[in-house]
Formats: sequence, structure tokens, C-alpha cells
Amino acid sequence: MNLIPEFQFHRVFVEPWTTELGSHGLMALVTFLVGSTCGLIGNFLILRRMALVGDAMSHSVLPGIAVAFLITGSRGVGAMVLGAMVAAWATHGLIEVISRHSRLKQDAAIGIAFSTLFAVGVVLIALFADKVDLDQDCVLNGELPMIPLEPAVRLGNLTLGPPALLRLVAVLLGSLLLLVAFYKELLLSSFDPGLAACLGIRVRWIHHGLMLWLSMVVVASFEAVGAILVIALLILPGATASLLTDRMVPRLLWSTAHAALSSVSGMHLSVALDCSPAGAAVVAGAGWFGVAWIFSPTEGLLPRWLQRRNNKQAKADSMSGPIGEVDSSHPSSELRENT
Amino acid sequence: MRAIPRGETDGMDWRRARVGSWLRLIVVGCVLLVVSAFTAQAAKIGDLTQTRWTEQAWRFVTLSDPVVRYACLGTVLLGISCGLLGSFLVVRRMALMGDALSHAVLPGVALGFLWNLEKDPLAIFIGALVAGLAGSATVSILTRTTRLKEDTALGMVLASFFGLGLCLMSMFQRLPTGNKSGIETFLFGQAAALGPGDIQVMGTVTLVVVVLLFLGYKEFLLVSFDPGFARVLALPTVWFERLLVMLLAFSVVAALQAVGVVLVSAMLIIPAATASLLTDRFHRVLVWSSCIGMLSGLSGAFLSFLGTRLPTGPFMVLSASGFFAVALLFAPRQGIVPRWYRQRSQRVRIERENTLKAIYQVLEANGFSGETVSVEALARRRRVAPVAVEAEIRSLVAAEFATASAVDVALTPSGWQRACAIVRNHRLWELYLTHAAQIAPDHVHDDAEKIEHVLGEATVRELERRLPRIDTDPHGRPIPSLPVASADGRIGVGRQDDRPRGYGGRS
Repeated sequence: MNLIPEFQFHRVFVEPWTTELGSHGLMALVTFLVGSTCGLIGNFLILRRMALVGDAMSHSVLPGIAVAFLITGSRGVGAMVLGAMVAAWATHGLIEVISRHSRLKQDAAIGIAFSTLFAVGVVLIALFADKVDLDQDCVLNGELPMIPLEPAVRLGNLTLGPPALLRLVAVLLGSLLLLVAFYKELLLSSFDPGLAACLGIRVRWIHHGLMLWLSMVVVASFEAVGAILVIALLILPGATASLLTDRMVPRLLWSTAHAALSSVSGMHLSVALDCSPAGAAVVAGAGWFGVAWIFSPTEGLLPRWLQRRNNKQAKADSMSGPIGEVDSSHPSSELRENT
Repeated sequence: MRAIPRGETDGMDWRRARVGSWLRLIVVGCVLLVVSAFTAQAAKIGDLTQTRWTEQAWRFVTLSDPVVRYACLGTVLLGISCGLLGSFLVVRRMALMGDALSHAVLPGVALGFLWNLEKDPLAIFIGALVAGLAGSATVSILTRTTRLKEDTALGMVLASFFGLGLCLMSMFQRLPTGNKSGIETFLFGQAAALGPGDIQVMGTVTLVVVVLLFLGYKEFLLVSFDPGFARVLALPTVWFERLLVMLLAFSVVAALQAVGVVLVSAMLIIPAATASLLTDRFHRVLVWSSCIGMLSGLSGAFLSFLGTRLPTGPFMVLSASGFFAVALLFAPRQGIVPRWYRQRSQRVRIERENTLKAIYQVLEANGFSGETVSVEALARRRRVAPVAVEAEIRSLVAAEFATASAVDVALTPSGWQRACAIVRNHRLWELYLTHAAQIAPDHVHDDAEKIEHVLGEATVRELERRLPRIDTDPHGRPIPSLPVASADGRIGVGRQDDRPRGYGGRS
């Protein structure tokens, strides 16, 4: 009947790093991989005001995955990724069709497209529950606790780890590679599409490429954290970083740091409260965002409040100087007395 | 000074327009409330068991089972309140605010469960309301105090609150009562799980929404469409917006049990978006949107009732999307198919008119000496291949504008009339541009080429009235007058009578 388990320092802070390293440590590592990959692309989404396109994509991969399961009857990674990418592109297309061929604006188009596709996915899963190796719970929560249970991949004598972990590492490396290769183009087309087009960068191709990359990242993350929490991992690191610095490279580094901090603290939180690890990672991430929001040197609530107070003080001081005390030696003081 | 009487008449219009539609709405609402009061007396029969879907469908249609009655009533109430408030969201481009709000209520639902560890509608309602309002307040504080844009703030609040809710829910599920409490139905909705308490909450919320929107309709409308003007009129704009968000939170929370947290926002957006494709007037949007909301709610409840343990929310959303798809394709004015048809028929008309004009010009170049125009001459005139001209001629024949043989084409009276009208439009417009707008004669052709197809009769009269002489165009060619189609079907008579002076002008 105890909702919150009794707090034991050893169980919460020591065991995950010693005896439970294989499960809790691994979960933290997976969360970090997902968070840092999503964080990298999330920075660009935030800059391009496409945060909610990420939202839409993460919802709409569900029917793609469900259809892929129904057709192939297995959890083959290739089919799953393909199905999800097709679904992500279908969302992209639906949004374009609705917002171009009717008077509805993009926000309504996004809302309609992703909720319809998500509903299709849930219905498919509910109708074919016995055939699909997915349930409604895993759609929302992800399968983070299942990952350590998968049989590890071995290469010769070397134990590499569960396949999900390897996939995430591959996606992270791929993302880094893409980022390094197209950094200049991405940066320029995000900040100044007009100039980028003038310089001969194909802005639309960059946009479509970014969407493709996003759908890949979303599909890879879906398995770990579920459909809705992906949004948090896409937006939170970038949003936190944008409160801390103005430069792009430090932002990318800060978002990676945010992913690391929130995955570790989220893991401890989930052990302490014995709750869903993906949810706990998101709550921890939101907590770190809150810390940045309050204490960030330039943007934070507290420093700005202090500064405002100082300014007010300074203003009051400087106001009280010349007006409050009438300098009797000044020629105008006589004048003032006379009138 | 002039603005005041205009404002008054607008107000009158509003009032007259809204009385009709609102009366209807209120009647529907009252009937529903009376029905809900009756059905709330009945006891709820146990959970659904595995049965054939035909039996289930019969059970649903006959409304014999209280479970079915609750489900229908609940989805209808939900359709009304979500449809009404969703219309405001769509109009104000706040569609994703509804999304964020609906995800943000999850921790509140979980805490409401915590209150006494069972499904208490009132506790859940209060918890979810508090969480929803906290979520929307966080969004507005975030956008005000940081440089983050609204979309980022919405996404963050949505996902963070949802994560918190999932954490809390996973904590309950360890409890011995956790799995039986029915909290999972809040994620994807289960209309069959609605009880009398839920119906009472939903009925109250719908009543409050309908009454408040009725009382403040003019103000809400003004604040939504023209906030600047509303501020000038000293309306407390901010308070109306807060009230709207509050009502939104109310109806989202009331709808949770039936549609589920994840898809509530769809029930806000999709019916309203469908309605906005069907009509332009806002009070009609409200009526349509609540009707579509009700219908999709009912059909969602019906479909999910056919199977066992099927969630209601997704079926509801799919029915609403079905309505939306039909409206997107076939809405009389906005629909893709009617618009495509209109565009195509206009394109066909313009092509025909261009061919008619070319035939006229060939006739004119020949000094109107013959009745027929050879296909070859027409192709030279149009600067296209003879094959293309033949297709154009077929189109003219189909419209009974011309009769054709293998090598030449002759205009029928109606074709001759149309050709004269188009050439007249073209040359009048050229004349008007050189005369009134002082544009050089060699610059007016392209403009006239476009406008000749859309000049209406009234505009042509106006042009005739304004121009001092309308016999020749700026290039010296005569402007034909409109012939009267003769009854015997021969064009010669009509043409000869109206033959413009000055034949043989430059072609």
C-alpha cells in the first residue's frame, strides 16, 4: 500500500552503479543516447520553429510500425524503420496538403494529421492485439525496462550489448556524421534561409533531409521511450541550451550535457520512486530545464530579477542625487527659491 | 462618427443571427440534460462480456442497456462542448494549445486517483483541472520570461507534464488496487466505462460552456477576431482569454473518460476544422462543429462497443477525420473537388474563348468575306499544331459554338455572339487602358488578354459609358458591337447587320 518506497541511500545511489549496472546503468546509457541524439536535432528544430512538427512525427510513426508488424509478422528492424519513415513522410504530406488546399492554418493541419494517424495506429494495435507484439502501454511508456533483458550481441569474444543499444549508438554516430558534414548548410538555412538560397544552398532539400533525419531519430527513440516522451527529449535539451548560450556549438554541447544529466538523475529518480524510467528521465529533464530557467546567468529569472532590483536601486540613487538634495551653490537654486 | 451606427447595425445582425442558432443549441442542450437526469437514476450493469458484434450492435441501437445510454449521452455532451470551444481554438490559431492542455492534465488525473484510490469523478475532475490550468499558465509564463517561442514552450509543457503523469501512473500500478482502478482507460478512453457521476460532471460542464458562450457571444467573437478593436472598446481582453482557457480546461477534463488524454485535442480541433470548411459565418461554424462532434462521438462509441476492450477515443477521432476528409474533398465552396471542377471548367471556358477569338480574327483578316475558317489558317493564327487546333474545335463543337467539317470550321450564332463579346471586351479594355490610364498602346495587349475573360456585363457597360468613342481600339481595329443571335440560326444575317464599320483594319 506504500506509494513511495522507503528511501535507502544505498539502494538508490550505490546499487545502480555496482550490482545493478547491467540493468539500471544500461537504461541510463540508453536514455543518454536517445537524449543526446534527439537533443542535437532538437536544437535545429527549435531554431526553425518546427518543435511541433517533431511532435506530429513522433505520434505518427505508430501506424507505420503497426502496419509493418502486421505485414511482416515480425519485429524486423528494417521493416519497422521503413514503415515508420513512410508514416512520418505521410504526416509531412498530409500537413502540406491540408494547409495548402484549405483555409486551415498549419497548426490545425498538424493537429489533424497526427491525431488521425495516431488513432489509426492505436486502432490497429487494439484490433490485432494478438498479432502485434506491441501494446498500448508500450506505445506510451516505451520499452526501456525490456532492453537489458534482450540477448546481447557478440562479436567474437567481445560482448557488445543488446541490439537496441547498438542501434542507438549507430544512430548517434550517424547523426554526428551528418551534423559535421552539413553543419554550415544547416546553420545558415536555419538562421537565414534567404541568404542560404542566395549562396546556392538548396534550402528545400535541407528541409526534407532534416525531416528524414528526424524521422530516423524518432523511430530509433520510439522503442526506448515511447511516442509522446520523444517530444520531451527532442525539445527539452535544446530549450535548456538556448537559455544558457547564444552560440550554436556551445548549445549543442550544453544539450548533450543536459541529456547526460537528465538520464543519470532520471535513473536515480526512477529507482527511488520505483516508477517508469522513461517518465522519470523526462521529469528529471524538465527539472534541469527549470534549474536553467531560474539560474541561467543571462536569461534566468533570478539573475534578471536581481539585476532589475539593482537597476531600480541605482535609478533611485541617481534620481535622489540631483533632485532630492538641492545644491545651494548651484545658481539655479536661488532661482528656484525665488519663484 | 460614422463608425457608431455601423457598429450598431452589426450588433443587430449578430443578435438576430445568433438567436436562431443558439435557440436550437439550447433546446438540444436542455433535452440532453433532462435525459441525463433520468438515466442517472438507472443502475449501471456490469462490464461487457465477450459477445458477437451483431448482438452488441443491436444492444447499442436499441439503447436498452444503461451502459449504452451513458456512453451515448456522454459522447454527445462531449461533442457539444468540445465542438463549441474547438471552434474558438481553430479560429484563433491556438489548435496546439488544446493539444498541450489535454496532455498536461494527466498528472492531475493521477493525483485525482490518489485522493481515495478509486475512480471518483469529482476528484479526478478537480485534479485534472488544476493540472491543465497549471500547464497553460506555464506555457504563458515561459513565453513571457524567456526567449523560447510558443511552439517550443507548448511542446515542452505537453511532454513534461505527460511524463510526470506516466511516472505517477506507473507508481499506482504497483498498488494492489492499481490495476483494477481503471486509470488506463483515461489514456485512450472508454465510453463504456462512463458512470452516472461522469455524466453529471459532463452535463454540468456542457451547460456551463453553452450558457457562458451564449451570454458572452458577442464579446468572445470580438476578442477572437479583432483583439485590438476589443481593447479599444475597453473590453477586458485578457480576462476573456483566461475564461476561454478555463472553459477549455473544463471541457477537456470532462471529455477525458470518453476519449482519453492522448486524443482529446483531436476532438477539439477536427470537428471545428471541418465546420470551418463548410461555412463562413461563425455562429454556423459553432452549430456545425458541435453537430459533427456529436456524430463522431456517437459513431466512435458505437464502433468501440462492437468489440471487447476496444478503446473509444481512436474510433471517435477516426470518425471525425472521416467527416473532415469528406469536407476537405467535397465542401461546396472550399472543397478540393468542387474547386478543381470550377477551375477546370473555367480553364475550358478560357480556352474556348481564345479559340473563338482566333476564329474572329481570321475572319476579320479575310475581311469577313467567308463564313468558314480553315483549320490551317486557324493553326497559323494560334501558332499551334493543326492537331491541337482540331482538339480545340472539337471542344467548340461540343459547346455548340461551331460546326466543323474536316478542313474548316464555321461559327454558330451563339459562337459568333461569344466571339464578338470576347473581342469587344479585349479591345474595350485596351482602349480604356490607353485612354484612362495613359498606357502606351503597345503595352496594353497582355493585360487585356487576361481580363477579357472575366469582364462582367456591368463592367462592360461602365467602360462604354466612360469612353468617349468606342468604334476602334488603340491599334486601329474596329470594336465589334454585340450581335443579336437570330432565331433562324444563320449567322450571316446577324453579322451583316452588326458589321462594324472600317473593315480591313490591321490584324
